[in-house]
Amino acid sequence: MGKTIAEKIFDAHQVDKPFEDTTIVKLDAVFCHEITTPIAITDLMARGMDRVFDPSKIKAVIDHVTPAKDSKTAEQGKILRDWSRRHGIKDFFDIGNNGVCHAIFPEKGFVRPGYTIIMGDSHTCTHGAFGAFAAGVGTTDLEVGILKGVCSFKAPKTIKFELTGELQEGVYAKDAILFIIGQIGVNGATNCVMEFTGTIVDDMSMESRMTLCNMAIEAGGTSGVCYPDMTTVEYLWPYIKNDFASKDAALKEYSKWVSDSDAKYDRVFKYDLSKLEPMVTFGYKPDQVKTVRELTGEKVDQIYIGSCTNGRIEDLRIAAAVLKGKKIAHSVRGVLSPATPEIYKIALKEGLIDIFMDAGYCVTNPTCGACLGMSNGVLAEGEVCASTTNRNFNGRMGKGGMVHLMSPATAAATSLTGTITNSSLFKGGK
Amino acid sequence: MKSFSGKVLFLDRSDINTDEIIPAKYLTEITKMALKPYLLEDLKMNGFNPVTDIAGKKVIITRENFGCGSSREHAPWALEVNDINTVIAVNYARIFRQNMYNCGMLAIDLSKETVDDIFITFSGKDTDCVIDTKQSTIQLKSGATAKTINFKLDGFDKALVESEGWVGYADKNY
Repeated sequence: MGKTIAEKIFDAHQVDKPFEDTTIVKLDAVFCHEITTPIAITDLMARGMDRVFDPSKIKAVIDHVTPAKDSKTAEQGKILRDWSRRHGIKDFFDIGNNGVCHAIFPEKGFVRPGYTIIMGDSHTCTHGAFGAFAAGVGTTDLEVGILKGVCSFKAPKTIKFELTGELQEGVYAKDAILFIIGQIGVNGATNCVMEFTGTIVDDMSMESRMTLCNMAIEAGGTSGVCYPDMTTVEYLWPYIKNDFASKDAALKEYSKWVSDSDAKYDRVFKYDLSKLEPMVTFGYKPDQVKTVRELTGEKVDQIYIGSCTNGRIEDLRIAAAVLKGKKIAHSVRGVLSPATPEIYKIALKEGLIDIFMDAGYCVTNPTCGACLGMSNGVLAEGEVCASTTNRNFNGRMGKGGMVHLMSPATAAATSLTGTITNSSLFKGGK
Repeated sequence: MKSFSGKVLFLDRSDINTDEIIPAKYLTEITKMALKPYLLEDLKMNGFNPVTDIAGKKVIITRENFGCGSSREHAPWALEVNDINTVIAVNYARIFRQNMYNCGMLAIDLSKETVDDIFITFSGKDTDCVIDTKQSTIQLKSGATAKTINFKLDGFDKALVESEGWVGYADKNY
């Protein structure tokens, strides 16, 4: 019997199996941010166990509220900063160099095929785009990860999604994942790895694959995963070029992290997405999904482009192509948050920031802020936001506010009219 | 071990997410106790009033996929500082369920039929719940109506509850 990629990664990392169905895996990386890590740090200190298993395998960033908005968030940043210094954690990203965790850590080359990664953040599933097993965990799992470099998991069941056909103009990875969540529901992949394969995934950039894997958790998935290929190697090449004689050699090595053809899946879904239309959520759950066509004309108050789902350079390019030379509607506010300083700099060089600002967008520093209603674009009671983020929960972007999730293209088009709008309405909408 | 018994809070809805259990704006707190007043503040459920409905309750009984969404352990902590150490549901989001056991708390899974039956029999009534982790039984009682239900605690979950959480267990074993 063949194995899935997740099973192969587990086999290679198993340190114990204390009970049937419970595996303790060795971790290749533990990612930390300032919201969920400080309580782990203070608890370790209180227990007299203020140690880290390997400072080179721990990466930390202040990203959720940055620069600090008040004394409490300043204190959270300080705890993470002091701890990183105390333990010699070199890969710590502070103001000036910080960005949204699930954008900056891959960008720095910290994610590799075959890795096991945890972070105290549910969207850690993003990193599976590189052929890794990456799972969001709570603070206690994070704490043990920091201390011992291990984490417990149930044996990973896998659901395979075979995405074939060709996406139409104006349809993107975000539309594909919203469609999938709409099909299987917010509980559809609980305790399962969501494995994305097929020609559509093969053709996707790493950015698009990250968008796809990012929202696995919205269907309850433990990790998203895509097979590593030459696209993965090209993305990682600046960081791995000293490890391999050639890109082909790297590809050969990474190719062991794919599922066998006779691997056993929990379920298999095959979708031909050739006719998929741009998608958008309604209501307060990410599986409440309709086509943009069905919701066209719904009024919004704010547009938010950014986050670990859709704040990468590809997303900014797509949105800017829609906005170029145009102004957002008087009735709306536009907020752009490039996900990392590097993305911000590329956007500046390419003239994208000019396009956004000329259109009337406010451009913030890289931060998670508005996505979870913490800072930099919180909604007022009764307001509606067209957002490229990943959650439309009640109150998510501000108490009493409502969120429609959509692609950057749809968000950009929506900002021009003030109502939910298909990007195909505007020239250069691809 | 913690106390797992007491009065029941019935939450008759599926997919209650961690943003509803404890909104993100309170994640800037760095003590667990500070979360106490905000439990279930944003719960979207007709007729639910967190201020009056939570007081005195020790056990939550709810439907499916409880704790979906964010990984925040603040959700179990917000329950814990309100003396709620037990949730009973058909199933849970993976991270929330693991967080509960990692804190030495109980997230008990029962079949959909059993949960349906509990709601039909007890929901809306003043109900007491006694949980015996050794015998793996749940006793529900409201006035003259009483029911005893068996549940299953997996080996690892049981070990975590007995070790009062994952840090203690991991420190002993790894």
